[in-house]
Amino acid sequence: MEEEYRIIDRYLMIRLPEEIDHRSCQEISRRADRMLLSSEVKDVVFDFSRTVFMDSSGVGVLAGRYRRVSCFGGRVYVANASRRIRKILKLSGLMKYLEFMEREENDEKRDQA
Amino acid sequence: MKNEIRLEMDALPENEGLARVAVAAFITPPNPTVEEICDVKTAVSEAVTNAVIHAYEGKGGRIVVRCSLEEGLLHMEIEDFGRGIADIPKAMEPLFTTRPELERSGMGFAFMEAFMDSLEVESEPGKGTRVIMEKKLGAASREDGEE
Repeated sequence: MEEEYRIIDRYLMIRLPEEIDHRSCQEISRRADRMLLSSEVKDVVFDFSRTVFMDSSGVGVLAGRYRRVSCFGGRVYVANASRRIRKILKLSGLMKYLEFMEREENDEKRDQA
Repeated sequence: MKNEIRLEMDALPENEGLARVAVAAFITPPNPTVEEICDVKTAVSEAVTNAVIHAYEGKGGRIVVRCSLEEGLLHMEIEDFGRGIADIPKAMEPLFTTRPELERSGMGFAFMEAFMDSLEVESEPGKGTRVIMEKKLGAASREDGEE
């Protein structure tokens, strides 16, 4: 599943799994950090297009990557987050540290599903 | 009519997803909204993950999930027999975590509180912890004019 973690231009793009929980988040952090270390990239994009579930473990992943890249001027982007994911991020207080790439039409379809 | 289930399992990460799915299936009769199902799944995930990580410190043990449904009211208890919590108010503070090295966000109890109607935590150090949550689902929650 190497294609889930790709460097495009100066961004590390991570296509997140369907469920982000304690079990899956350890692997996400480990692989993200390995790619950040081995490349020149400092911005991270978390793509939630496939994600249907996230608990507070996912908040830890985003906060951890933010801490890692922000000291070098890097940013953490959130793409294709459903209303549910945005609610979780809002509750966690992380919103002000994240940049959002909105795609409302897709969200609405998924939220209704 | 009242319906009850009891799910006992090993405190392993792979069982966190199982607990979520089992409880989500159990709560379908009162016809909950998608939002309500997501809320309950998140709360289950937080409580079970706490037991796996904190109660048993990843070394394994047993977790018991009990759920009952009566007239759209979900009553859920998630119990472990691990190390227990010495200072419950402190543990429930948002962003407080005893395991920052594991990148825990410290939002577990805050999420349970936000997504359920009520949350109670009973714990005795060395004996274990019981998390008790309730939530009205489906028509029962709408009657209250909550949503």
